[in-house]
Amino acid sequence: MSIVTVQLGQCGNQIGHEVFNAICSDVHGTHGLCSKKENESYHDACQERFFSEEESEVPVARAVLVDMEPKVISQTLSIAARSGYWKYDNRSHFCQKQGSGNNWANGYSVHGPRHKEVIMNLVQREAEKCDRLGGFFTIMSMAGGTGSGLGAFVTQCLRDAFPTSFILNHVIWPYGTGEVIVQNYNSVLTLSHLYQSSDALLVHENDVIHKICAQLMNIKQISFRDVNQVIAHQLGSVFQPTYTAEGGLHYSRNPLGDLMETLVPHPEFKMLGLRNIPQMPENSLAYSTFSWPGLIKHLRQMLIANAKMEEGIDWQVRPPRLGSSIPSSHSMNKPLHFNTSIANLVILRGKDMHSVDLGSFRDPSLYTSWLNPQDAFNAWKTPRAFNKYEKSASLVSNSQFLLKPLDNVVGKAWNMFASKAYIHQYTKFGIEEEDFLDSFTALEQVISSYTIL
Amino acid sequence: TRMSLPFAVGQCGNQVGCRFWDLALREHAAVNKKGIYDEALSSFFRNVDTRSGGDGPDIYKGKICSLKARALLIDMEEGVVNEILQGPLRDVFDSKQLITDVSGSGNNWAVGHKLYGYQYQEDIVEKLRKTAEHCDCLQCFFIIHSMGGGTGSGLGTFVLNLLEDEFPEVYRFVTSVYPSGEDDVITSPYNSVLAMKELNEHADCVLPIENESLFDIVNKIHQMINSGKLGSTVKQNSLVTSSAGSAKTVQEKPFDAMNNIVANLLLNLTSSARFEGSLNMDLNEISMNLVPFPRLHYLVSSLTPLYTLADVNVPSRRLDQMFSDAFSKDHQLIQADPKHSLYLACALLVRGNVQVSDLRRNIERLKPSLHFVSWNQEGWKTGLCSVPPVGHSHSLLALANNTCVKPTFIELKDRFMKLYKKKAHLHHYLHIDGMEQSCFSEAISSLSDLIEEYNELDAVKGGPRTDPSRLKIAV
Repeated sequence: MSIVTVQLGQCGNQIGHEVFNAICSDVHGTHGLCSKKENESYHDACQERFFSEEESEVPVARAVLVDMEPKVISQTLSIAARSGYWKYDNRSHFCQKQGSGNNWANGYSVHGPRHKEVIMNLVQREAEKCDRLGGFFTIMSMAGGTGSGLGAFVTQCLRDAFPTSFILNHVIWPYGTGEVIVQNYNSVLTLSHLYQSSDALLVHENDVIHKICAQLMNIKQISFRDVNQVIAHQLGSVFQPTYTAEGGLHYSRNPLGDLMETLVPHPEFKMLGLRNIPQMPENSLAYSTFSWPGLIKHLRQMLIANAKMEEGIDWQVRPPRLGSSIPSSHSMNKPLHFNTSIANLVILRGKDMHSVDLGSFRDPSLYTSWLNPQDAFNAWKTPRAFNKYEKSASLVSNSQFLLKPLDNVVGKAWNMFASKAYIHQYTKFGIEEEDFLDSFTALEQVISSYTIL
Repeated sequence: TRMSLPFAVGQCGNQVGCRFWDLALREHAAVNKKGIYDEALSSFFRNVDTRSGGDGPDIYKGKICSLKARALLIDMEEGVVNEILQGPLRDVFDSKQLITDVSGSGNNWAVGHKLYGYQYQEDIVEKLRKTAEHCDCLQCFFIIHSMGGGTGSGLGTFVLNLLEDEFPEVYRFVTSVYPSGEDDVITSPYNSVLAMKELNEHADCVLPIENESLFDIVNKIHQMINSGKLGSTVKQNSLVTSSAGSAKTVQEKPFDAMNNIVANLLLNLTSSARFEGSLNMDLNEISMNLVPFPRLHYLVSSLTPLYTLADVNVPSRRLDQMFSDAFSKDHQLIQADPKHSLYLACALLVRGNVQVSDLRRNIERLKPSLHFVSWNQEGWKTGLCSVPPVGHSHSLLALANNTCVKPTFIELKDRFMKLYKKKAHLHHYLHIDGMEQSCFSEAISSLSDLIEEYNELDAVKGGPRTDPSRLKIAV
């Protein structure tokens, strides 16, 4: 089954491009460290998911590029084509001239309806190119106007046009100290709307990735390109082919479906966080060796201590003692900073992953009580190494990972809303105070639900 | 293509405008080596086929044939415009973009606004529509004018009104040069306050400039260069005051240096819309992020660096110095000290080899010394444009919505009241058709209200101690 990617706005297009780059470079790399047969299966599975073979010699990414101003798309298309390894379909993009002005209302209420038909036609075209459509992957930032506002509108349209398809929104959380002054408003509006139409939101925070670049990758002058490449690596580690069943003979063909099934048991809980280890500068890779037990141990502690990366993990945090008859909604049982999960997915890439003991992730004390731990935890594996890392472990988690960031954004937006600052910019395009209140209410509900886990 | 359409109105406006076109050409020439008419150029220039003589059709792609500025030049005196048409920029404009008269406005806002406004309304609208026809996406209008005279001030604000009527959805940015206290035009306070009311009501964003500040910057540069303090020589074309490398061949006039600063302001403001970068900042984004309440749309600007030294290596300390300078009162284009007043919002547009980590490091570093309003503690809007200005490896434009504009307005009000109390020179205005005493009282009232809004903000500078309580959800 194939995934159609929809790249929205400057951020969405810049990241989308890096994702296809990462996937391609992984597939063509010589570091598969596995049998030729395995490599070929991997290559074929990846190809089916992300690319279509057309008359051209290079694979064509299954993607639709949307932006309200022309510069980024134009750059993205040409850089991709120059790589020689892959390209975008020359017709699968849509852009306008004037941009959305960082205004969610402009993206959602003006550009959305105005360009709905053209955009959905492009999506339909890509969907029809797939033998079997596995769902949609949208990439957007919450902070601006196009990715956020138009992105929310397009997600709704996708849901209406493809009611049974899976939709995963990849959402970029902006730096806490502004890229955009009205980013908190745009974020609140985006998240509340996506929650209605999307199946799950997979989140990356700029601040976190920035730290990874600084402390783990040792990059001195960090550019957005650096940030985007780390994000692309992490996404690739999730979406490249894996075996989802123990002893499976074929690479899984339904990645989005599998993801939703394992991680989103209840529509109230859609916020997914992602961790990937190890991360290090490329030139250090040759000198480093890793053991699976070591990686698993770190990843598990990152989960329960809510660590954003593999440095600075708080090893003091322990899961709560079980055996009490008090229902799990009482947080008194748990240390305040313990991260409770609904469901977790661990993805292992590299040799000898068969023997890895993942029992520590099945510990019931990690989870809320309303799922069996067997159902709450899943593991996907492949012996094929990913992107030059001899061993790579990823964790996709539906847990309280994003509770604090969400609470922060809602808090700041509410603080600004109380003063009514900037509201006239939104009402100008048809988003009224009541719409804001609805969004705040929806998100406070989500916060509350995650808090009482 | 999307474009911005500048209107230069009056003597000052046209002098600045002229510098702007010249420096814009210089900037594009530096980047566009192959002479191809590209997207960046198209935002300010048309490409016209003049091979068969005269004005041919527009060429949208391919080689540059003849560049024509997208602009309207308006003046009620011929001197400045004629000079432009005889100078090295003569081919950049054609007669269809000019609206001129001979006798000037006599430093009288009423003559500019009511008399000439009425007289030239149709002409202006027609030429505006014609120019706009060539644009398939008109993003914003720029008006460049001075506040103290008659044409720029009066007719300029009349044009502002027209633009709102004709194209209500297109943003209106106004660059206004405010008169100083020693301005030799006695009635400049009247003209300025009458114009202010129009700016309050019809502009989306105003960038106030004070001649005093421009003058101080020019002097500062002079001193720096002549003192011999600088270890190495300054790159001539990097001076924010310089015309070097541009089409100008005549010896620089005294105001040229000052006008170049304003021209550079506009170039930097539009750079991210013209050139690519990792975090684009469009003009409509500036308005969106920097104007939290409709009337509070006055933005204090600063440009750094003022010059580049000829040595190439830029250690990050120098880069950080650039950020620090942007907040110092020496670099502001009005007499203001933003550091000691209250920020409502701040935008940083960086050009050149600067990455997001440099931006973040400097914001973190400078934040503690700045006061932001309680509901916008992290009120930063940022942009990264890859192409630096000519002669620089990087540059920074800071735009601040800050209560430090207040003193400028208060002084203006005081100067106005000094004249108005004695009814000095009022008759020159009142005998113009359409002018009444109420025009004056409404104008000063509008200015007073604006000052009061800033006062209220300053009064709660500390902000409420507690954040408003959040919505409670029934579990």
